[in-house]
Amino acid sequence: MTELLRINDLKVSFKTDDGLVHAVDGVSLTVNAGETVAVVGESGSGKTVTSLSVMGLHKKGQAQLSGSISVNDHGTFKDVISLNDEEIRDIRGRAVAMIFQDPMSSLHPFYKIGNQLAEAYLVHNRGKKKEAMVRALEMLELVGIPEPKKRAEEFPHQFSGGMRQRVMIAMALMNSPQMLIADEPTTALDVTVQAQILTLLEKLKKEFNMGILLITHDLGVVAQVADRVNVMYAGRIIEEAPVDDIFYAPLAPYTLGLLKSVPRVTANNDRLKAIPGQPPSLINLPVGCPFAPRCEYKEHSAESGCNTTRPELLGTSATHRARCHIPESLRQELFAKEVKELLA
Amino acid sequence: MLKFLSQRAIFTILTILIVSAVVFGIFSILPFDPAALTCGQRCTDQIISANRIRLGFDKPIYEQYWLFLSGIFLGRTYGSGSAAFTCPAPSFGYSFNENACVTDMIRESLPITISLAIGALIMWLLVGIGLGIIAAKFKNRWPDTSSSVFVLLATSLPTFVTGLALLIWVTIKWKWVPLSLSGYTSLFENPFKFFQYFILPWITLAIAYAAIYTRFTRAALLETLGEDYIRTARAKGVGERVVFFKHTLRAVLAPIITLAGLDFAGLIGGAIITETIFNLPGLGRLTLRSVYEFDLSVVLATTILAATVVIVMNLIVDLFYAVLDPRVRIT
Amino acid sequence: MSDAILKIENLVKHFPTGKGKRGEKEVVKAVDGISFELKAGETIGLVGESGCGKTTAGRTILKLIEPTSGKIIFEDKDITDYSSSKMRAVRAQMQIIFQDPYSALNPRQTIGKIISAPFEIQGITPTEGTKTAVQNLMARVGLNPEHYNRYPHEFSGGQRQRIGIARAIALKPRFIVADEPVSALDVSIQAQVINLLEDLQQEEKISMIFIAHDLSVVQHISNRVAVMYLGKMMEIAATADLYAKPHHPYTTALLSAVPQPDPRSERTRERIILTGDLPSPINPPSGCVFNTRCWKAQDKCSTDVPQLLQVGGSQVACHFPENI
Repeated sequence: MTELLRINDLKVSFKTDDGLVHAVDGVSLTVNAGETVAVVGESGSGKTVTSLSVMGLHKKGQAQLSGSISVNDHGTFKDVISLNDEEIRDIRGRAVAMIFQDPMSSLHPFYKIGNQLAEAYLVHNRGKKKEAMVRALEMLELVGIPEPKKRAEEFPHQFSGGMRQRVMIAMALMNSPQMLIADEPTTALDVTVQAQILTLLEKLKKEFNMGILLITHDLGVVAQVADRVNVMYAGRIIEEAPVDDIFYAPLAPYTLGLLKSVPRVTANNDRLKAIPGQPPSLINLPVGCPFAPRCEYKEHSAESGCNTTRPELLGTSATHRARCHIPESLRQELFAKEVKELLA
Repeated sequence: MLKFLSQRAIFTILTILIVSAVVFGIFSILPFDPAALTCGQRCTDQIISANRIRLGFDKPIYEQYWLFLSGIFLGRTYGSGSAAFTCPAPSFGYSFNENACVTDMIRESLPITISLAIGALIMWLLVGIGLGIIAAKFKNRWPDTSSSVFVLLATSLPTFVTGLALLIWVTIKWKWVPLSLSGYTSLFENPFKFFQYFILPWITLAIAYAAIYTRFTRAALLETLGEDYIRTARAKGVGERVVFFKHTLRAVLAPIITLAGLDFAGLIGGAIITETIFNLPGLGRLTLRSVYEFDLSVVLATTILAATVVIVMNLIVDLFYAVLDPRVRIT
Repeated sequence: MSDAILKIENLVKHFPTGKGKRGEKEVVKAVDGISFELKAGETIGLVGESGCGKTTAGRTILKLIEPTSGKIIFEDKDITDYSSSKMRAVRAQMQIIFQDPYSALNPRQTIGKIISAPFEIQGITPTEGTKTAVQNLMARVGLNPEHYNRYPHEFSGGQRQRIGIARAIALKPRFIVADEPVSALDVSIQAQVINLLEDLQQEEKISMIFIAHDLSVVQHISNRVAVMYLGKMMEIAATADLYAKPHHPYTTALLSAVPQPDPRSERTRERIILTGDLPSPINPPSGCVFNTRCWKAQDKCSTDVPQLLQVGGSQVACHFPENI
């Protein structure tokens, strides 16, 4: 499997009036061709900041980055953090492309769709206007927009939400990137449209053997399309595993908490088991495990390390690791029963 | 589209009628006799009543209004017999104080006001937008803070202070601009003299407006730069320069230009203070003088002119906005 | 007093767009004739996608928007044509919880003032005193009563939503419209607020219309579910029935589209992907509004409007219902 993205110990902090915000606190993950890697978390988990870092999209001077972000540019690996402005612009839209959450605000209201699509191509292929337009129409057709010629002459406000997201996808694919970052691509869409878009993304991924980094908070979406999952909390990955393991054999209390609190369309109407409390402030992170104040399994951890030391990302299997002081075998035992109840 | 334009045209005419009626009404309830003003010191009651008849002040108010309106299309004749005189169409009346047809008076002052307005407009747009761009680009650094200081000073200083200051220093003390100007020369006759004539008034006006536009441009640019579609452009690999000019500035220009259009319209009404300080015989000064002298015809005419310009500029600005912003278009 | 606390009969709300020729004015048919009953103590989930009219329906029922036609009968009184002064007395009994916790609270008022506003407006002073009453409400919804004098921006999204709930239950209303109360909240906070609403509803015997686009959320809190599409009612059924045996093709498609946190089932399940775009509510399709996207559509569907009829324990508006 070709490796397309390797993030290693990424740390991102922002200077704010209230202090230094550690939005991302040591994140490592990889994405290979042909797979969809999901990064799941709630607001403040750091998932969006991570995705923006891959494209170097943070406002200059605002964010401090450390670690490495290796992007595969058609065979050559480049470290985004150490690239200069021109080099970063070179890989954006070409080696890696990104689609965002709200397609209405993400498209320029004053320019025609065809123009915006063509621009994506022209940025990396100077002067080839004719080619750009031909490719734009090709891409519109590929993503399922009927009457591409006519619609290329229209403006974003003349498209529906689902159509706009298709346009964004078309725009992202103009330069045949190998990697696609999708930041909450369906959150703003209706559920039937969401299904359409996710199906489209899967189809395109297979057709072009792309790697997709999917940022989302929706566990249903993760279950539908992800191959591997990274669960983030308070700026760190607290569990990484293949998708089935995350849902059927989670090893982090937070992951289990999420699974229990997500409403499901099942036959029974059981009360939801909410996670008490709220996510911690990213300015004054508590000492010890950031999830400890809300964790209901604390008593099972030896030496009460929960409140004093931060757990490392460990696991008996190389592909499934989690951060928790409770011994893995004990966790498996404790969680298995709860997961079974959930799926009954 | 046609429907839209015809609706606007009807609205324009209605507004002008209402404006003129209001002005007329105000003058009719003022406690003075317009005929009494028609002659100077050596006035006798006989002359006054003769003038009253000649100018039509003896007629009932609505008839006077009707004569005024019809005068616009047909011209108007005053008096009768050998002493009669006519102001040809479009006639806005006759000014006794000046002994001239109002239309001619306006025809003389209009070019000056227009030159003043256009010159100031160009100057303040260049300075205002330019400074706004610099302030936004160097946000919170010294170019930004110094432009804020400029904005603060410029908005705090009233035009008569700026105007007088420029007059005193530049013209009188430093003698960069000659004091004894030979009056207005059009741009086409003698460009150098034209610029000499207008340069200080332009600066006076431009300072006040430039400040507003600097602030507005800066705020609009900063807000737009935070928009999602700017992030998308960057994500495509678009360079910062193109992001700034093609994506950001374009989005910001629409409201700026429309604002400018309306400000310009207001200036045509007459930049009264500036014209007075620099002794420019434009519409503003004309209006002011006519108000002091209760010269109804002139005041009426200039008010209607100002109202018309504002309405027409509004229309132009609306259409222009639709050209720039596709979301607003009437499809 | 009948069993139903609320009866909606053929409720219609059209919004004029300002365009169109005389006599043929263009309207947005936001709600185009819906009828249902809400029993005392029951929660009905009102679901549908954007543009289906559920939010407009909720607000029209509360008379926050004036209905174009139809009947709203609350506690056996026909309030459809009540003036705003007449409504004031009724409003003590019907309240709303809004979707966006960030814009639903006046940022310039302390939460004490926000929660006590209903008392002030209705001119009621609780026996225990306003401040105590408010603090009791705060404790009830899980907020710290000592934060009485804090401002909304000092609270998180979930907490703000709790403030909104406290405000809604202050007057002990018999009926609440909850307009997407958890859509803007994080998953782990959603569960807390849903549980709170369920508890309150049981303790206070409040009847509720719970508006949502997330079918999974609705299932937990509702006794019955009503599915809307383009301003019309497609299906009304008991929750268990709707999810196990949907009768309307649209309901089937909706349920099929909802991704579940269960990868194996997601891989194997058959998905119905609806083709095409949502038609405009200005020009809805003739006959059954869903016919343009329905895989079962036949000629009859584009000419005859299906009525909401009894099919087993559910009501369905379809010429060819499923799962009979």
